Amino acid sequence: MSENIQSSEKKKFTLSPPVTALLLALLLFLASGFLPNGFNSLDTAINQAFNIIRLSSFLALIAAGQTLVIISGGEGIDLSAGAIVTIAVLVTYKFINGDNSMVLPVLFLVIACGAAVGLINGLGIAYLKIPPFVMTLGMAGVVTGALLVVTRGLYDGKVAPIMTNVIARDLVWGIPGMLFLWIIFGVLMTILLERTRYGKQLFAIGVNRLTARLSGVRVDLVVVATYSIAGALAAFSGFILVGWTQNAGLLVGNQYLFPSIAAVAIGGTLLSGGKGSYFGTMAGAIVIQLITSLLTTMQLPEAIQQMVYGLILIALLIAYGREKGIRL
Amino acid sequence: MRQTTRLPSMDFKFDLREWWRNFNRKNTYVLSLVIFIVTTVAYLMLQPNAFEEGVLSRLLTSNFRTWLPVILLAIGQTFVMLSGGLDLASGSMVSLFNVIMAISITSNEEPWFNLVIVLGVVGLGLIGGFFNGFLTAYMGLQPMITTFATSFVYSGLALLILPDPWGKIPREYSSVYRITTWFGIPLSLFIIAFILIIWAVIKNRRYGHFLFAVGGKVDAAYYTGIRVTRIKISTYMISGFFSSLAAISYTLLTGSGSATSGAEMTLTSITAAILGGTSMAGGSGSLIGSVFGAIILGTIKNLISLSKMDSWYRLLVNATVIIMALASPGIINLFRRKK
Repeated sequence: MSENIQSSEKKKFTLSPPVTALLLALLLFLASGFLPNGFNSLDTAINQAFNIIRLSSFLALIAAGQTLVIISGGEGIDLSAGAIVTIAVLVTYKFINGDNSMVLPVLFLVIACGAAVGLINGLGIAYLKIPPFVMTLGMAGVVTGALLVVTRGLYDGKVAPIMTNVIARDLVWGIPGMLFLWIIFGVLMTILLERTRYGKQLFAIGVNRLTARLSGVRVDLVVVATYSIAGALAAFSGFILVGWTQNAGLLVGNQYLFPSIAAVAIGGTLLSGGKGSYFGTMAGAIVIQLITSLLTTMQLPEAIQQMVYGLILIALLIAYGREKGIRL
Repeated sequence: MRQTTRLPSMDFKFDLREWWRNFNRKNTYVLSLVIFIVTTVAYLMLQPNAFEEGVLSRLLTSNFRTWLPVILLAIGQTFVMLSGGLDLASGSMVSLFNVIMAISITSNEEPWFNLVIVLGVVGLGLIGGFFNGFLTAYMGLQPMITTFATSFVYSGLALLILPDPWGKIPREYSSVYRITTWFGIPLSLFIIAFILIIWAVIKNRRYGHFLFAVGGKVDAAYYTGIRVTRIKISTYMISGFFSSLAAISYTLLTGSGSATSGAEMTLTSITAAILGGTSMAGGSGSLIGSVFGAIILGTIKNLISLSKMDSWYRLLVNATVIIMALASPGIINLFRRKK
């Protein structure tokens, strides 16, 4: 009897997806050292590590809202995130115009813009029952279209020096300010998901909308809130992004859209909803950014880069992205 | 997903609302049919001489040969979505096959050699679809992100084969596709009708029932003994097959190849399928709806270009109209609930 209990307690050795992703990132980073033009001393290695973490932090910021939306279930996905990032970048670029005193008002304006787009997404999805995939895709078109109408392809502006100092430069001991920002953001996101009423309700509607409703969660309201928050977060990451690139473009956000979804998936968040963490998304973003950086460092032609990127993504998904089978 | 089961009532009073609700549930394409009629009427009204001799036939030919690739992709996508999956790789498969045909089909070779290439492309479509299906259904990976990953493999291959747009498809081939008509009806419409007729037969046979069962409730389908994995893989293979057909029609339409030719088509085809009433969760939808959906998207574009609107406004108007179309049943329901 006691033997039985013991053997059942002897669990199979498993790693949670975020930890796997982090280990994988470490492995990939060490592997990148062996490339001909990789790092060759400890100093350059640390430099490169910071650089990659800085780059992946932007991806992870954009993936934050995506994580919330995907956890909320109901085929939830936010394809408008890229367009919201673009609008945030352009608004920041134009209205700050190199003026430090404008930073805070513009930050609020940008977040309000993102939240408004997210709100429309949420209302369409929750009350008009439009599938999230096409609703957010359509909103991406509307936002990009509105940008075209307003700017007519011409835009002008400048980033405030304080943003450059905080985001792009090193803050203390050679550590980029972006890293501190990211850690604070990550802690806040984790608290939001794990320690608040909203977080609990979010996971509840992700697992099963019907049971959530029967246990008193106002499902529609939580869905609308989730998409609004996702829009606000995408706008915030656009604000941060322009501080780093110090340049704007009409399609700057689009390149982050699908990598952000990949980061969420690799971080162990189920695309069907109800299970996931922001910690996982952070790890996933580092993995995705490492792969991209590795491919760039190896100076392969674009075609090969695309294929290798796809194949690595498939390999990663096979390694631990598998859903539970039907057989119980 | 609220569904009320009702006992059959004893008095056979004909309730119009009840009938309409049931009709809508069974025929998911009704909305797309309505929008299709509205947009088509608007389009014909804007054409000054639509009902003169031969004009209608010319309009049909020129429009449907442009829309056919997206219509075919939407049809393939519908199969995958009916089984509860999603195929984001179909567009990049179109790019790949388009590129393969553009560099290998020439008028120097015997016609049978070109036919072999076309058949090879169809075979590749099945293989590529099997690869997608194997990864998602057999390995149990999440369809959206997996097919997104495989799309990179296909589009990378396309870029490797043909970095810059190029190609010279013999004119005698492309003109067969572009201008063939029978009784004023273009070849592309016959192709669509042929597919729909075959589907009408298959839908009510074993495969069709299994497909809807798998999409509706996987566990239940599994316990009734349906080979779920096989059905799911088969839908991806069908999608790959339709990708190859779409690539063939696109190549004949443009007469050349480009590594990014299909990139835009994936999301358009998914939008078309959803506009046509196919559910992304699987288990409900129709091919005819997806065809209507694709035609609606094409007509909206035509309407915008006919209206001579400032070109900066086009994307905004296009996206807004699509959202309004998707929202219309929801808006109607909202008002009905308030009464």
